[in-house]
Amino acid sequence: MTKPTRVTLFIQCIVDSCFPEVGEAMVKVLERQGLTLDYPPDQTCCGQPAFNAGYRDEAARLALHYLDVFEHAEVIVCPSGSCVNMVRHHYMELFAKDPRLLERAKKVAAKTFEFTEFLVDVLGVTDVGATWNGEVTYHDSCHLLRGLGVKDQPRTLLSKVRGLTLVEMTRSDECCGFGGTFSAKYPEISEALLETKLANIQATGTGAVVGCDMGCLMHMQGMIRRRELPISVHHIAEILAGEE
Amino acid sequence: MLKQDPLQYRELAAKAVQDKQLHKALGKLRDKFGRNAVNLYNQLSPEHDPRQDAKAVRRKIVDNLDVVLETLAANIRARGGHVHLAETGEDAVEYCLGVAKRFQVRRVVKGKSMLSEEIHLNDALEAAGIETVETDLGEYIVQLKGEAPSHIIAPAIHYTREQVGELFAEKLGEPYTDDPPTLTAMARKALREKMLGADMGISGGNTACAETGHVTIVSNEGNIRMATTMPRVHVVLLGIEKIAATLEDHDILLRMLTRAAAGQKISTYVSYVGGPRLDEEPDGPEEFHLVLVDNGRSRILADPDFREVLHCVRCGGCLNVCPVYMAIGGHSYGSPYCGPIGAVFTPLTQGINACHHLCQGETLCGACKQVCPVDNDLPRMLSLLRFKLANGDARWNVRPQSLPTKLVFGAWSVIMRHRRMYDAMSLLAGFCQRLLPRKNGWIRRLPGPLGGWTRGRDFPPLAKKSFARRWARRDTTRRDA
Ligand code: SF4
Repeated sequence: MTKPTRVTLFIQCIVDSCFPEVGEAMVKVLERQGLTLDYPPDQTCCGQPAFNAGYRDEAARLALHYLDVFEHAEVIVCPSGSCVNMVRHHYMELFAKDPRLLERAKKVAAKTFEFTEFLVDVLGVTDVGATWNGEVTYHDSCHLLRGLGVKDQPRTLLSKVRGLTLVEMTRSDECCGFGGTFSAKYPEISEALLETKLANIQATGTGAVVGCDMGCLMHMQGMIRRRELPISVHHIAEILAGEE
Repeated sequence: MLKQDPLQYRELAAKAVQDKQLHKALGKLRDKFGRNAVNLYNQLSPEHDPRQDAKAVRRKIVDNLDVVLETLAANIRARGGHVHLAETGEDAVEYCLGVAKRFQVRRVVKGKSMLSEEIHLNDALEAAGIETVETDLGEYIVQLKGEAPSHIIAPAIHYTREQVGELFAEKLGEPYTDDPPTLTAMARKALREKMLGADMGISGGNTACAETGHVTIVSNEGNIRMATTMPRVHVVLLGIEKIAATLEDHDILLRMLTRAAAGQKISTYVSYVGGPRLDEEPDGPEEFHLVLVDNGRSRILADPDFREVLHCVRCGGCLNVCPVYMAIGGHSYGSPYCGPIGAVFTPLTQGINACHHLCQGETLCGACKQVCPVDNDLPRMLSLLRFKLANGDARWNVRPQSLPTKLVFGAWSVIMRHRRMYDAMSLLAGFCQRLLPRKNGWIRRLPGPLGGWTRGRDFPPLAKKSFARRWARRDTTRRDA
């Protein structure tokens, strides 16, 4: 892929409505790379919550909406691994029986990227010139890691941040227990997984966890706040947007 | 035995997550076996992923299952063995009882068979007045306790050695000890007595090989060798899918099986059995029976979406890496097949509605797919089962599970396709959320079904201004400038 100069933002629903500052942090990082940004105002959600709960027809309607909104973009960047995984892999399942839609979905999927994947693999940038003082640990979100195969990109980016030390936790690739509606439907199990995750974070002694997916991060933060634990939670965009 | 019911998943899981001792036992399993498996795959060949070979082998076999089964049956018969195809679990049980009756069996020694759990064979034998003794140490322990296995290959993994010591003291009348070699010796003594006086051996099989007409049983204790060769008759119970076509395929699968199961290149004992004792042979049974059990498998075979689950070699690898299994243990699943493989296989054989918790109570994290020696895409199938639950499915007799949820997602999908509606709803939700209790800005209690989230976690409030609104404002300021 030739290096793009114009990027279309896909700010998924939870960042849009609950964590807009994460979207803005991503904007800051991308603009520092000299990119021109577009934001199609009709965008909302990729359909993932419905898909994972089994409501595929409902998810397909949103997938179609996504295609309509983003079809003409040159390249699409999103601050969430699981939404990109939805577009890249599950749209193909949703449209498997309709060759025309499948073709459209493939084209759009091929130009939709997760934020850190885009920086490292597409732009070839590893040092975004950020500074952030302190130690952090990194959580591998399931869909980002196993769905998109993104493991090294965020670590490489973090390793170049001045003042930051990355301390790996035990089983950083183990699920935090979010799982969409699963977390509300099976709270006992979900909380048990989350407790294990938080214990692993605390065992690093860093007091800060970084991730690339607001789903997992809001899940972690939910229990951290409830139990008033001394852990700060950051989307990677916020760290990479740290002052030059 | 305790009644197993997948509908109790939530309650059993809620109890199990409190069980510290269970987590300690399972944690060892995860750290030892779960990680080892992946390391061992990587040692096999640096160039390519052996899981893909194993997957290809399994696919080929399952796609040609009728021919492979016929070859296996012909080769076993040629050696003087009997072969029976059982369409249902009851059919298989009847057959075993028939054989037992003919031999006037009073005691059965058995082991290494998940399938016998699936078809409730022990209960039927006991009801017919036949003493039935499990010979695999782990299975023996759960049998003494009157429980079901809690792991596919390590059935008593949920016990500490202290608990086993207490159990043996109580049931075997031995002095208490928690020294593993002494405990093993106690079990060995008790089991040898049982084996010497048994008239019938029943076992499962890890795989069969059609080309050679034999059944392979892997074990690390060797008890199953005695249980299958000492009694006068040996019956093997095998799911129709657990077959390799050629010896070469068989070897590929066997290697992957032991690696994925326990991180072993090969297990301590690998027994090949397949017929009665020949005249010149010193041991072996007088009669050999192979019961090939369908029990819902051909229905899975007929559905291209789920056929892949029959590739499973029952290594238990997916259990060892599943964070949900690690938190809730095997008994919560209420089925002999637990963990991620159980969550797919059990609904398909016992009914999707009856097992809806198993389909929904997993996070779709994908760790099971990564470790599976045949690259089974369990998350894909779980997601598909949820689809059937959401909409109903005539072919699988599924009733839609929740009309209200369907309506909510239906409405949500309409709103989310129209940015204006979405914004209007956000505005409304923004007002409503003021009524909810908060602490430090985050919401303490959500209403209705969302309340599950706020049981132990706070929920983020909607931002005052969405990203979209902030962006629009930024655009206008730019234009003004
Ligand atoms: S699904 Fe795969 S990992 Fe799980 S038991 Fe079967 S073969 Fe093993």
